[in-house]
Amino acid sequence: MAGLLEVRNLSTHFSTKEGLIRAVEDVSFDLDAGETLGLVGESGCGKSVSAMSLMRLIPNPPGKIVNGEIVFEGRDLLKLGDEEIRHIRGNRMAMIFQEPMTSFNPVMTIGRQVAEPLEIHRNMTRNKAWTICADLLRRVRIPEAGKRLQSYPHQFSGGMRQRAMIAMALACTPRLIIADEPTTALDVTIQAQLLELMKQLTRDAGTALILITHNLGIVARYADRVNVMYAGRIVEKATVRALYADPRHPYTVGLMASIPRLDQDVKRKLRPIPGQPPDLLHPPSGCAFHPRCRNRIPVCEIHRPALEKASDGHEVACWNPVREAPPCC
Amino acid sequence: MLLKVTDLAVYYPVYQGAVLKKKIAEVKAVDGVSFRIEEGKTLGLVGESGCGKTTTGRAVLRLEKPTAGEVLFSGEDISRCDNSQLRRLRRRMQIVFQDPMGSLDPRMTARDIIGEPLRIHGSTTNKGEYRDETDHLLEIVGLHPGMGERYPHEFSGGQRQRIGIARALSLRPHLIVCDEPVSALDVSIQAQIINLLEGLQERFHLTYLFIAHDLSVVRHISDHVAVMYLGNIVEIADRHTIYRRPLHPYTHALLSAVPIPDPVLESNREHLVIEGEVPGPLNPPSGCKFHPRCPRVEERCRTERPAMRGVSDGDHQVACHLVD
Repeated sequence: MAGLLEVRNLSTHFSTKEGLIRAVEDVSFDLDAGETLGLVGESGCGKSVSAMSLMRLIPNPPGKIVNGEIVFEGRDLLKLGDEEIRHIRGNRMAMIFQEPMTSFNPVMTIGRQVAEPLEIHRNMTRNKAWTICADLLRRVRIPEAGKRLQSYPHQFSGGMRQRAMIAMALACTPRLIIADEPTTALDVTIQAQLLELMKQLTRDAGTALILITHNLGIVARYADRVNVMYAGRIVEKATVRALYADPRHPYTVGLMASIPRLDQDVKRKLRPIPGQPPDLLHPPSGCAFHPRCRNRIPVCEIHRPALEKASDGHEVACWNPVREAPPCC
Repeated sequence: MLLKVTDLAVYYPVYQGAVLKKKIAEVKAVDGVSFRIEEGKTLGLVGESGCGKTTTGRAVLRLEKPTAGEVLFSGEDISRCDNSQLRRLRRRMQIVFQDPMGSLDPRMTARDIIGEPLRIHGSTTNKGEYRDETDHLLEIVGLHPGMGERYPHEFSGGQRQRIGIARALSLRPHLIVCDEPVSALDVSIQAQIINLLEGLQERFHLTYLFIAHDLSVVRHISDHVAVMYLGNIVEIADRHTIYRRPLHPYTHALLSAVPIPDPVLESNREHLVIEGEVPGPLNPPSGCKFHPRCPRVEERCRTERPAMRGVSDGDHQVACHLVD
């Protein structure tokens, strides 16, 4: 299958009063049509900034994409003008944000907002767009969809707002949807409903999905491939099965050993990763993970390891990767 | 039995009108909740937002006045205590809050935050003793005593939660209510705090009421797990049974909604996704409150409220008509 998206050496920096923050540094990955890619990591690892960079939504200043290529459907998005990028955003590529209350306009009805991409990108009349909208809301299973078009965002529950957000993202049948922690703010049963819905709708339409989350369980259930990020860089890339069966980067292994698992019967101690995530204003030398790493060797403090092939479709950036499956799994 | 809660209820009145306020309704945040915790054990209280788990925790400490019911803390009924009795009992029961930034005074140093209970309850009088005691508390939670003079904003989220825990420990309590103590933290830091809480429990023989929405965290740390829905406990069982043999359809749905970080297991696992959302507590459904979302609903579920009853051994209790 032809690659839908190719990201090459993407770097996004922010200049702040305190200094330069390299939020995303030298990130490269590919995405095929219809595929679901998980982007995992903790707060500040650069997963959201990567997504915003793909959409060209980085506020400038203070942020700037300083390097790289984002080739989407054969065109480098970083070379396009503002007008051209607007034709892609919300049309060929759409985004679902974490907080549906702040990402909807509170003084516009849900219907107008969900219809907006259709009016803009498809030149539809408002009436036509509204008919399609009602249909979209039905597809995301909002009860009494026709009536709810007239509602304002505050009249919707958190789960309903997120459904409307999914409907809006799907409006122009994009080729790629980027979902940034789409269900983190929601209750677990609602979370499950929405993720199942997104999975089903993207599969039906053959839409590719980038799923950004800190939850390794969600990645295991919904993604095909995973990129693990730490301090602005990808430290491990693999298919979902390979990553969980055979994690190589000590950070990935550490993350897996530090989460309590629902199916774990014996009461065993968690093995937390010692220390704190790094301060990106003063990142550690060499490999950014070395101060917290159990596999550290002298070279880690001096040189940064590059992503290297560990096996087919599995890459890891580490001087001393974990060799075998850890005893915990 | 350190804590025995029987038919606890907390109702909030809903008023209409500005001058002549008229009570028009009641929100039954907690509506007849019973459980017990043995000394040195952990009961996990799990449920979605608005299910009444936090209110239950606060009522146990009498930070909310119960509308009805009994809260026996080592034999004394907290819901009927007068102020001086309450003051005495409160030394033995403490709380750790979810948001460490919101629950620590930004203008106080870490040492003063941790030492405040000591000052209030007058257990240390001279300065040297106060300093030694607060140093000791900082060490217990894994912070360097030299950090005592810093202010909350100078600490990371995980460190702030450690300060909250040190404050809760300062009076050597028996019971600690942990209200979502790790949900605001990053995954790798969560594990540090969970391990700290477990270690402290062992060391000081603490009893926890652990409130959280994350079922895998709750199952990890608890001996028993109680599942709440709209103000009621719908099922209680030990940590093994709640996962292996859940009986209430809601428990079942909740468990299956939590993804397990194992793609092979996930692809073979049955995913029961329940429809709809939690109804508002102002007009809860008739009969079993879960019936509008229940995949196995029957006629009597709509009219008859199921009572909690024991199944197999007395340890496992469930409130559902469909369980025999």
